[in-house]
Amino acid sequence: MSTAVAPPAVRTAEPARGATLTGTGALVRFMLRQDRVRLTVWTASVVFFYTYFTFALNLFFDDPAAMQGRAALMETPAGIVMGGPGYGLDDYSTGVAMSNEGITWMVLALAILSILHMVRHTRAEEESNRSELVRAAVVGRHAPAVAAIITLVLVQAVIAVLSALAMVAVGDLAVADSFAMTIGSGLSALVFGAVALVVCQVVGHARTATGVSLAVFAVAFVVRAVGDIRELGGSTLSWFSPIAWAQQMRAFVDLRWWPVALSVVAIVALLVLAAVLASRRDFGGSLVETRAGRPDAAVTLRGPLAMAWLQQRWALLWSCLGLGLMWFASGTMLPGIGDMIGDMVVDNPVLAQLFGDDPSQLAVGFISVLVLYAAVCCAAYAVVMAQRPKVEESSGRAEVVFSHPVSRHRWLGAQLAVAGLGTAVLLAVSVYGLWAGAAIAGWEDQGFGDYSVVVWTHLPALAVFLGLVAALYGWAPRLTGLGWALVAYTFVVGMFGQVLDLPDWVYRVSPFDGVPEVFSEESYAGDLALLWGVAVVLTVLGFVGFRRRDLVTG
Amino acid sequence: MTSIPSAGALPIEIHDLHKHFGPTRALDGLDLSVAEGEVAGFLGPNGSGKSTTIRVLLGLLRATAGSARLFGADPWRDAVELHRRLAYVPGDVTLWPHLTGGEAIDFLSRLRGKPDPRRKAELLEAFELDPSKKARTYSKGNRQKVALVAAFATEVPLLILDEPTAGLDPLMEAVFTERVREAAAQGTSVLLSSHILSEVEKVCDTVTIIRAGRAVESGTLDELRHLTRSNVTAVVAGDPARVAALDGVHDLQTHEDPEGTRISFDVDNTAMGSVLTALSGLDVRSFTAAPPSLEELFLRHYGDDVSADGESTDGTGNAPGRHAAAPTTSEAGAR
Repeated sequence: MSTAVAPPAVRTAEPARGATLTGTGALVRFMLRQDRVRLTVWTASVVFFYTYFTFALNLFFDDPAAMQGRAALMETPAGIVMGGPGYGLDDYSTGVAMSNEGITWMVLALAILSILHMVRHTRAEEESNRSELVRAAVVGRHAPAVAAIITLVLVQAVIAVLSALAMVAVGDLAVADSFAMTIGSGLSALVFGAVALVVCQVVGHARTATGVSLAVFAVAFVVRAVGDIRELGGSTLSWFSPIAWAQQMRAFVDLRWWPVALSVVAIVALLVLAAVLASRRDFGGSLVETRAGRPDAAVTLRGPLAMAWLQQRWALLWSCLGLGLMWFASGTMLPGIGDMIGDMVVDNPVLAQLFGDDPSQLAVGFISVLVLYAAVCCAAYAVVMAQRPKVEESSGRAEVVFSHPVSRHRWLGAQLAVAGLGTAVLLAVSVYGLWAGAAIAGWEDQGFGDYSVVVWTHLPALAVFLGLVAALYGWAPRLTGLGWALVAYTFVVGMFGQVLDLPDWVYRVSPFDGVPEVFSEESYAGDLALLWGVAVVLTVLGFVGFRRRDLVTG
Repeated sequence: MTSIPSAGALPIEIHDLHKHFGPTRALDGLDLSVAEGEVAGFLGPNGSGKSTTIRVLLGLLRATAGSARLFGADPWRDAVELHRRLAYVPGDVTLWPHLTGGEAIDFLSRLRGKPDPRRKAELLEAFELDPSKKARTYSKGNRQKVALVAAFATEVPLLILDEPTAGLDPLMEAVFTERVREAAAQGTSVLLSSHILSEVEKVCDTVTIIRAGRAVESGTLDELRHLTRSNVTAVVAGDPARVAALDGVHDLQTHEDPEGTRISFDVDNTAMGSVLTALSGLDVRSFTAAPPSLEELFLRHYGDDVSADGESTDGTGNAPGRHAAAPTTSEAGAR
């Protein structure tokens, strides 16, 4: 398209129309090499989850009654939002469950892969000036974007084939339907990759491009969910979401291939749009100019505390929103799960042995697992935020601040105070979100007060995470990553400890071991006081160490 | 902890300062002082210990041994109080990517406690900086300007500048030089670390040259120049062999010109008289003599040290013989 308006002199310099694609092959090889680890891990993870879910569904739902219990759950609004459109519920089987419930999440994972891949290889490269070097070489204008698309299609194809083979091998599922499901999911995800490429032409920054593309996915998620809630199996509205295009192939129920065409058409249309937009903008430029910010700081931006808040508030907001919604949604499923497990226990003596046979206690056990998940998420948040000082220090920003009249204690105190407060808020939002979801769905065995106890008994355990990272930061800033080791340890011990039957001290290391069981009557004052003590000592150690050591820049 | 002996104490006084990072001796017995109202240049190649010295002065690093004093106080123990009285510009400025330049300037000025919007506006104009852009979109030079505006925006008795003009274009360098002169005229003491010699030459009263963590030379610019050579270029009709034979003349080069023989050479300032006598007999058509630039001082100094150390690991890697010829570039010729 550019050659049509180019003056003759330029035309001789660019002999072929395809010159805008020169170098694509080399770039494809380069990207595959550059991303070999990343793409391998993605592929292995996705294929693993296909395998695992096929295996797990076959194992736990070999009883038709259990499968019908699950089908009943999938008819509820919560089931539709967290699962799928709800087809094939009359004769629910492993394949139908995979197709009905799994596609949303597979498309989510593959769409994230697609969006990150496209942004990483186009806008992020341009922003970092690396591709300036590439483009200055014998490489056509569209070559980087086309190479990114080609590599993405290759990876998606590999994932689709391996996943389908895994389903056939592990679950003994129908071959055509398995391939339909994985190929459909891959193409839906590619639509979001193509969206990301268009967004990359419009906005100027990689992070903005990623955010906007993920927002487009979120809209598609909501449209699909609302559309399916309006009519079981999907309404007209559902069809406006690319996620539905994979689901509506109705694999394992009555397979039809034509919805795939919608994905293909959408991908082609978006790529053409991206190419047109790309030809109209400068290298490194965007169609939407970054809008100017404020030339003066708000009156509130005064001192290290305000700065720490400014830096952490968006992460806190998004974490609260995301995790809050997730635990709220999990809460709404509680009554259904209680009934479901109850029914299963009645019908299946093996499961009764596994879960016990008191339905209300089953639910409490389930809630305690959810609370553990929520608490581990908050611990991860605490570890990330407690590492903020290190980020500030190694970037050199702390050096600038410390050349002003700001003491080490005041600065670190500000960082940790905001981190700690944020962690507490996130915990409260998560736990009360669970409560609110359960209460709205009609589960009233535990009230607001019971959940409040859960919140404040978990606080000292989370403070230990914060304190540990602070102490490491004060004395051995290189080792702050060990905070993650404690998060992982806590999670593994909490989830699998009972099964593995480990010695007592192994549990004692985990900060959550000092936290009482949810909704139990046991006395816990001593354990909690100990946790608070440990947290305080670690934090004080951090302050002392940081006051004594050199600042490390770079 | 807060009582700072101020009367009569020098703004900066460093004596026999050592700073070790493990086995590395970043500072190895450094001496440096800056008097009140003085603009002191702090010269040295990369990795010679300039930034380490400045970080010790800012209380970011703790000295291994020796003493460093700011206004007579301990920069580690009394950091907070001392920082009310100084402003610092690092050589590589990192900002908060999501804040605008203007927000960063306000935040930093408020930390020091005396923001002055009029002065900020005036400096933004002088440095031609758009304060409404997000820091992540700034070029290196613009990030540098943010730090400079923030530093000059408050009036303080001491400026510590660590290679502050990295990334600035020549016009902006001129603005910077002017601001430093202004500050000095008002009695502000300045420590200006640099490896750009012309910059130091323009504004500094005294110069300390640091190498491998130790001050190898210090004094006023004139004192340093006095010890060294000037560069002479002349066109003569006669045979320049007589000049070449004189003691104190180095690296004489000849070039046939339509008007005669163009000669250029370096001469020890002590031998200038005999050179002029010799030249006067050669029918001189044109003559220029340039005082040594710091560039020459600098290269010569490191060159000598390099030759004394044999194969030194120092990055300059210049042999002494080549130095005198090296600066016959625009720097020397302009004088």
